[in-house]
Amino acid sequence: MNTTILLFLLQDGITNGAVYALLGLAMVLVFAVTRVILIPQGEFVAYGALTYATLAAGHKPGTAMLAVVMGLVAFAFDLFAARRSWRMRTLLRAAAVDVVFPVLVCALTWSLAGRYNNIPVNLILSLLIVAAIGLFLYRIVYQPIAHTSVLVLLIASVGAHLALEGFGLIFFGAEGLRGPAISNAMISIGQLQITGQSLAVYGITIALIVALWLFFDFTLYGKALRATAVNRLGARLVGIRTSLSGQMAFLLASVIGAISGILIVPITTLYYDTGFIVGLKGFVAAIIGGLISYPITAAAAIVVGLVEAFSSFYTSNYKEVIVFTLIIPVLILRSLAAPEVEEEKD
Amino acid sequence: MTQRWPIILFALIMAALPLIPDIPPFWLVLLNNIGLAALVAMGLVLLTGVGGLTSFGQAAFCGFGAYTTAVLSTAYGVSPWLTLPLALIVSGLAAVVLGLITVRLSGHYLPLGTLAWSLGLYYLFGKLEFIGRNDGISAIPPLEIGSWRMLDPGSIYYVIWAAVILSALLTTNLLDSRTGRGIRALRRGHVAAEAFGVHTARAKMLVFIYAAVLAGLSGWLYAHFQRAVTPTPFGVHASIEYLFIAVVGGAGYIWGGVLGALIVIVLKEILQSYLPILFGGQGQLELIVFGIVLVALVHLAPGGVWPWLTNLLPFKRRTARPDTSLQLPERPAAASPPVLLQLEGARKQFGGVIAVNDVSFAVKPKEIVALIGPNGAGKSTTFNLITRVLSSTAGRITVCGTDIDGTTPQDIARLGVARTFQHVKLVPDMTVLENVALGAHLRGRAGPLSSMLRLDRPDEARLLAEAARQIERVGLKDQMDQLAGSLSLGQQRVVEIARALCVDPILLLLDEPAAGLRHMEKQQLAALLRQLRDGGMSILLVEHDMGFVMDLADRIVVLDFGTKIAEGTPDAIKTNPDVIRAYLGAAA
Repeated sequence: MNTTILLFLLQDGITNGAVYALLGLAMVLVFAVTRVILIPQGEFVAYGALTYATLAAGHKPGTAMLAVVMGLVAFAFDLFAARRSWRMRTLLRAAAVDVVFPVLVCALTWSLAGRYNNIPVNLILSLLIVAAIGLFLYRIVYQPIAHTSVLVLLIASVGAHLALEGFGLIFFGAEGLRGPAISNAMISIGQLQITGQSLAVYGITIALIVALWLFFDFTLYGKALRATAVNRLGARLVGIRTSLSGQMAFLLASVIGAISGILIVPITTLYYDTGFIVGLKGFVAAIIGGLISYPITAAAAIVVGLVEAFSSFYTSNYKEVIVFTLIIPVLILRSLAAPEVEEEKD
Repeated sequence: MTQRWPIILFALIMAALPLIPDIPPFWLVLLNNIGLAALVAMGLVLLTGVGGLTSFGQAAFCGFGAYTTAVLSTAYGVSPWLTLPLALIVSGLAAVVLGLITVRLSGHYLPLGTLAWSLGLYYLFGKLEFIGRNDGISAIPPLEIGSWRMLDPGSIYYVIWAAVILSALLTTNLLDSRTGRGIRALRRGHVAAEAFGVHTARAKMLVFIYAAVLAGLSGWLYAHFQRAVTPTPFGVHASIEYLFIAVVGGAGYIWGGVLGALIVIVLKEILQSYLPILFGGQGQLELIVFGIVLVALVHLAPGGVWPWLTNLLPFKRRTARPDTSLQLPERPAAASPPVLLQLEGARKQFGGVIAVNDVSFAVKPKEIVALIGPNGAGKSTTFNLITRVLSSTAGRITVCGTDIDGTTPQDIARLGVARTFQHVKLVPDMTVLENVALGAHLRGRAGPLSSMLRLDRPDEARLLAEAARQIERVGLKDQMDQLAGSLSLGQQRVVEIARALCVDPILLLLDEPAAGLRHMEKQQLAALLRQLRDGGMSILLVEHDMGFVMDLADRIVVLDFGTKIAEGTPDAIKTNPDVIRAYLGAAA
């Protein structure tokens, strides 16, 4: 191995690691607030990336329609939940969020797709579509069973993952897609060549992490989310609507997932089902962070990316084996360091 | 005896099915797949539904079983029947290694840990040269009995379903036993189970290995049924599918695993064959519908279909009352030591907080000592120090002259100290009788193997008899067969006392036993405790009802902010100025 390869592997690892970090953070966020292990995170990645790539190719993405349909179902759920107390304000809010928002996004997509084909427009449209899907996913799948056990929520996650993956195949086909890079710049520092896309990945990852930190530490909504994460009942007693917290968590997670997808789709070809494995690698990082710690998760994600880069160079056959067994020593350390604590289960 | 006729009927029906003239072979294939999945799901029921350990790795254990027999029977020509024990041993050994890593993980780490090695193993199966990488191994010989080669789905059908029914019987037996009660207590946390001598780590390992061996059996059968193995059926998706088979059927019920397998596999088959006809061949529609149906099922019946079905049945299971004439050997009446329990400068610090600050007191034989103090005084922490749920930071605690430093909660139970909990720790979906019988855990001998084979019945009958006697003693005879979760909080506390009495203790620790009891019930409880003391037992109790304490206790120890501020007879404590100050604030 020479320096060029070393530097290349380092850069590759850190770039992938940054994306895994984003996904890991989103999973930690969702788990902490809602106790949902977000297996459909991978679908957010794929939907974001492929919607972006479809728009860039000048086509209309099916995901926009899915958002509208899911919005209507969510509206039906809201109506059903409100059947005993018809209050104009709640109804208007539900109609605005569930119906008007996705219909607007869809209409906007339909009118802009193919006509104004530039990167910022495509990017924003993709984010809006996936954000709507994430929001409604929580409303439809998880909110009605928010009080049940982690296991039941997990099974619901599996169901949601399968359904979304199936939709992905219909919308985007079995062929992989690539999207245009956000930046085509290329900087050379000695032997090291840094692409603008990598820089964009680093910049956006760091910006998102800082934004999350600011959000959680300095805003009322962020604090409400943290309160829900610590104790749902307590949060409700002080007037935090835990269903709103859940929706916010999913909104954030879906946007983060979509951004990750858009960041990597210029680097690697994504298929409708690639999201699952990418999401799982973010998941590995999240587990190493114990589903609690954001900084450890981010650091672990970089390590996962680096291990993946180096193992694909040395022994590409065993790349996935190595990445996924990486957690086991961490788990052993954890179980040695922190003995089991009794938890009151419902 | 539990009723056997439904199982016999089921076995007869299953045996008759292939004999139906002109039954499509395809149906038999489907039934074989259901049986294979049911085996794995049954292990998951025990592991996840009953034991509370969620595993994403069961399909990997199928892989161990399948690849073991595939390699041995193709490359080395070993007879498939000989590879059966080897396949089971290999999956069991894999479970030991993986279990040592993962079973100790608490909370959500455990399912995540299993997910990790499950993914790793899947990729490993696809990369290893000697098991054929992603192409797998083909041309595996079929099972043979004499000259009968089980080539068609209708013949191996009998082997598969015999395995299913046999495993269901063994698993039912295991759960309905001394070991089974320990396993069923796991889901509610380990503190209560350990206080009665259950080795929770060992019990978890046991169910983990058991589930893996069932999965290995399914894998062995799969290899000889399909006669080819590839890595795909042993990946994470398969593991997740097994998990939801168990949840759909009813994760707490053995037959729920079989029912879940039936529902999921038939549903998938219907979707795969009919949806393309309805909507044209586009995309993976069955995946979408399957996902949506799964979410809907979880919304409508989060507990699974099996309990929902059994609730519809008009008749209820009859349970036989145990024969209370059977006796358990009692604790040998050793020369009772002058002091049962001695605390000398016991101290517990949580970071900067001193919860128990150099507390010293003693409990002598045949004595009722009350530990009182305002909320947060460190009473329950003191209990936890004595029962080794927590280890003390400093000081010395001796039980019957034995220094308990470094011992486990199980050792304390063995020394004859039994306890109840401030927050009731019963298993709500076990009957009162079963909950109380958990208390007699250390007085039984039967292990898992003898339980599965029903060799434990004499031992088990004596344990249940003892439990029934203690339930009668505390006055809950009529509630014996009810689920513990259906009782009022006050009655649940009394059930905890009965469970503690099953230990045959010399020292009983009661944490707020009278909370939630009505006046009459409190009087009955006081009478029972006096009777126990007169019978030779000592009692240390924490209680807030001062009338109850003052009437009952021989001696009172008062704690405030972790420090002992007074000790004496009830009359002396009532007039002690320090105690009055602690309870009512500084007098003006």
